[in-house]
Amino acid sequence: MKILITSLFFSLLSLSAAGHAASGSVHLDHFEADLTNTASLQRGARTFTNYCLSCHSASYMRYNRMAQDLGLTDKQVLENLMFASDKIGDTMTIAMRAEDAEKWFGTAVPDLSVVSRSRGTDWLYTYLRTFYKDPATAIGTNNLVFDKVGMPHVLWEQQGYLALEHDDDHDPHLSSATEGDLSKSEYDGMVYDLVNFLGYIGEPSKLQRLALGKWVLLYLIILLLVAYPMKKAFWKDIK
Amino acid sequence: MTNSVDNSKRRFLTTAATVVVGGAGAATMAIPFVMTMAPSARAQAAGAPVEVPIDKIAPGQQMIVEWRKKPVWILRRTEEIIADLPSLDNKLADPNSDMMQQPEYCKNELRAIRDEILVLVGVCTHLGCSPTHVPKVEAASKGLGDDWKGGFFCPCHGSKFDFAGRVYKGMPAPTNLAVPPYRFEGDNLLIIGEDTQGVA
Amino acid sequence: MLGNLMAWIDARFPATKMWEDHMSKYYAPKNFNFWYFFGFIAMLVLVLQIVTGIILTMHYKPDAELAFASVEYIMRDVPWGWLIRYLHSTGASFFFVVVYLHMFRGLLYGSYKKPRELVWLFGMFLYLALMAEAFMGYLLPWGQMSFWGAQVIISLFGAVPFVGEELALWIRGDFVVADATLNRFFAFHVIAVPFVLVGLVVAHIIALHEVGSNNPDGVEIKKHKDENGIPLDGIPFFPYIVMKDIIAIIVFMFVFALVVFYAPEMGGWFLEHANFIPADALKTPEHIAPLWYFAPFYAILRAVPSIAGSAFPGVAAMGLSIVFLFLLPWLDRSPVKSIRYRGPYFKIALTLFTISFVILAFLGTQPVTPLYTFLSRLFSFIYFAFFILMPFYTKFDKDKPVPERVTTK
Repeated sequence: MKILITSLFFSLLSLSAAGHAASGSVHLDHFEADLTNTASLQRGARTFTNYCLSCHSASYMRYNRMAQDLGLTDKQVLENLMFASDKIGDTMTIAMRAEDAEKWFGTAVPDLSVVSRSRGTDWLYTYLRTFYKDPATAIGTNNLVFDKVGMPHVLWEQQGYLALEHDDDHDPHLSSATEGDLSKSEYDGMVYDLVNFLGYIGEPSKLQRLALGKWVLLYLIILLLVAYPMKKAFWKDIK
Repeated sequence: MTNSVDNSKRRFLTTAATVVVGGAGAATMAIPFVMTMAPSARAQAAGAPVEVPIDKIAPGQQMIVEWRKKPVWILRRTEEIIADLPSLDNKLADPNSDMMQQPEYCKNELRAIRDEILVLVGVCTHLGCSPTHVPKVEAASKGLGDDWKGGFFCPCHGSKFDFAGRVYKGMPAPTNLAVPPYRFEGDNLLIIGEDTQGVA
Repeated sequence: MLGNLMAWIDARFPATKMWEDHMSKYYAPKNFNFWYFFGFIAMLVLVLQIVTGIILTMHYKPDAELAFASVEYIMRDVPWGWLIRYLHSTGASFFFVVVYLHMFRGLLYGSYKKPRELVWLFGMFLYLALMAEAFMGYLLPWGQMSFWGAQVIISLFGAVPFVGEELALWIRGDFVVADATLNRFFAFHVIAVPFVLVGLVVAHIIALHEVGSNNPDGVEIKKHKDENGIPLDGIPFFPYIVMKDIIAIIVFMFVFALVVFYAPEMGGWFLEHANFIPADALKTPEHIAPLWYFAPFYAILRAVPSIAGSAFPGVAAMGLSIVFLFLLPWLDRSPVKSIRYRGPYFKIALTLFTISFVILAFLGTQPVTPLYTFLSRLFSFIYFAFFILMPFYTKFDKDKPVPERVTTK
C-alpha cells in the first residue's frame, strides 16, 4: 500500500513533464523565450543566417515574413541577411544537397524550421553551449546533450573550446580549455538570441496567436455578461 | 400581471442584446474561415514581380513570360505596326482606352511606356482564353481577311485585338486586353508586376 | 405572410412538427445540472471539427512526400491557417474531454438503464467511430508520432490469430505504414467516418427523444403528467434548456480559447513534440506514447503479458475493456438509476473505476518500468472488476428510496 501511494505521488509529480520525451539524464538549462524582444530576434537572425544557414535550411520560413515580424524592411533583409537566395518571398533553403550533406557529416542535416518545437528551446539553449573537446570522436568534439553529434562546434571562435571534467562525485561538468572572442556571459547572450530566433521560426504565427488571444477571451466574457441575464429572464418562471 | 409584462420585455431586450453581440462575434469569427481561401504567402511569393531582359527580342517578335501564373506578352513593335495603329481607331470598341484596363501611365495611343515595347496580360477579357499572335502576313491562313493589320486573335470565341491590345467592335470580348503594371530598369531590363508606385 | 410561407412548407415538409417534437415541445427534466451540458457541447465540437476539417482539406496534401510540409504550409503560409489548424487539433482533444464527461454522466445517473439501452448503444458506437476518426486523423500530419503510433496500433491487428499478419498488411496496403496507408486514412478521416458519426448522432438523438432524457434523480418525468399530457417536471427544451446550454457553451469556448491561444500543444499532451519531426520509417522515437485519450486502453494492452508466444491476449483485453462498456445496461442489476440513491457498493466501485481509468491514462503515456507495469496490472484488474462484479454488487447494494418526483435545491 505504501508503495502504491508513493508511486502515485511520483506519477502525479512527473505528470507535468510527461509531454517531453526524456532526452538523456543531462540537466537542461531553462530558456525563457521573449518574442517581444525584437532586437534579440534580429541579432538571432543575424547569427542564424551567418552561421547556421549554410548547412541547415529552414525551408518553411519565408524571408519576407521574417522581415515583417522582426521590424525590418525587405531591403535590410536582402542586403544583410540573405546569402543563399535573392527573392524576398523565398523560404530559407540552402544550396547544399541532402546527399552531399550525408557524405560530409555522416548524417542528414536536419531542417531547422520546427526544431524548437521538437527539441524544445531548453535543449537548444543547452546544446549550443555544451560542445567540448573529445579526441575519441571523429571530428574531435562532442556535446553534453547530444552524444557523438556529427555537427562540429561552429561557434568555437566566439566561445572557445571547453573540456569535460569528471569530479569525484562523477558529475561531469565543462570548463574552459581555450579562450574565445566572447566572455561567457556575452556568448550566453549570443546563444540566447539565436535560440530565441529559432523559437520564433518554429511558430511565427505565435505572435498573432498571443496578440489575438486576449481579445477573444475578452469578447467571450462580454458575451457571457450579456447572455446570462437572458438565461435568467427566461428561467424566471421555472419554479 | 405587470410582473409578467415586465419579464417579457426583459426577455426581449436581453435576447436582442445577446443576438447582437453573439452575431457580431460569429460574423467576426467567420472572417478567418473565409480568408483561408485567399492566396497564401506561397502563392503571393510566386506572384512576385518578374524581371525580363528584353534586349534579345527582335523587332516584330513576341516573348511570353509567366507572371502570377498568367502569360504576359512582350512584343517589340516595328515602325510599320506603330504607323498602322491609328488607322484602326474607327474599328475599335475603346480606341482611347477609356476603360481602366491599363495603369495610368499607359493610357495613351500606344498603351505603352515606350512606343516599341508592348506589354500585355495575354488573357482574353471575354472568358479567359489566351489569344494567338497573328501578324499581318499570316492573316490569310487564319481567315482574317486582307485588311488585317496584325494583332491577336482569340481561338475560343473569335475576339480580335490590335497590336496595342485594343479590342475590335462587336466582339465577344468586352474590353481591351489588360496591361500589367511594369517599369524599366536601364535600357534592357523590364520588371513586370512592379512600377514606380511599388509592387502590385 | 410568414405564416403563409410556413403553412406552405408544412404541407410539404414537417418543419413545424420537427421543431415542436425536438425543441419547443420536447420536455426535458427541469433539474438538469452541470453534467447535462456535455451532449450539446459535443455536438458543437463535432460541427467545429467538420468546418475546420473542410478548410484544412483544402490545403493539406495526403502524400507521404508532401504531408508534413503541407501542415507547416497551413501553419505559416495560409492566411489564418494556424488558427484553423489549432482549432482542429485542440478540438480533437476537447472532443474526448467532452465525450468522457458525457459518458461519466451516464455512469453517475444510470442513463444507460432501461429504457435508454439503445441511446447508450448508439452512443458507444459513436465513441468507437470517434476513436477511429481520431486515430486516422492523427496519422495525417505525418510526423514521427503519427507514423509510429499508426505502426504500433495497426500491428495490433497482426496479433489476431491465423489471419493477423495478412489483416495488418491489408490495412496498411504496404509492408510498413506508407503513402498508401496515409492516403486511405485520409479518405476514411474526411469522408467515411464523418458520415458514420453524423448518422449515429442522428440515431442517438432520435432514440433519446423517443424515451426522453434521464435526470440527476433518475426518475421518469413521464410518470406524472398534467391534464394536457405534459410532464409536471418537464420544461420545453426550447427556450429553457437551450438558454442554459448557451451559457455553458460560452464558458466552454472560454476554456477552449485559453488552450487554442495560449497552450495549443498543451505541454505535449495535445500535440506531441516528436510529431514535429517528419516521419522516418528507419528511426523510432525514444518513447512512443499514444495520445492521452487512447492511453487507458493502451495501458491495459501493455499490462497483459503475451501468452504462448502470442500477443493476442493483450489485444483481446483491450478490446474487451471497450466491449464491457457496451454491456453496461445489462450488467447493472440495481433498480435505482441515480448515484444519489445508490448504496455504498456502487459508489465505491464507481470511485475505484474512475481512479483506475485516470491512472491507466497516465500510465499509458509513460515508458515501461517494472513499477508501472505492476500498477497497470493492478488498475486494469480494478477496471475489469468494476464490470465483472457489477451484477453482484448492484443487486445486493443497500439502495435508498427514490423520490416520486424530481428534486430541486
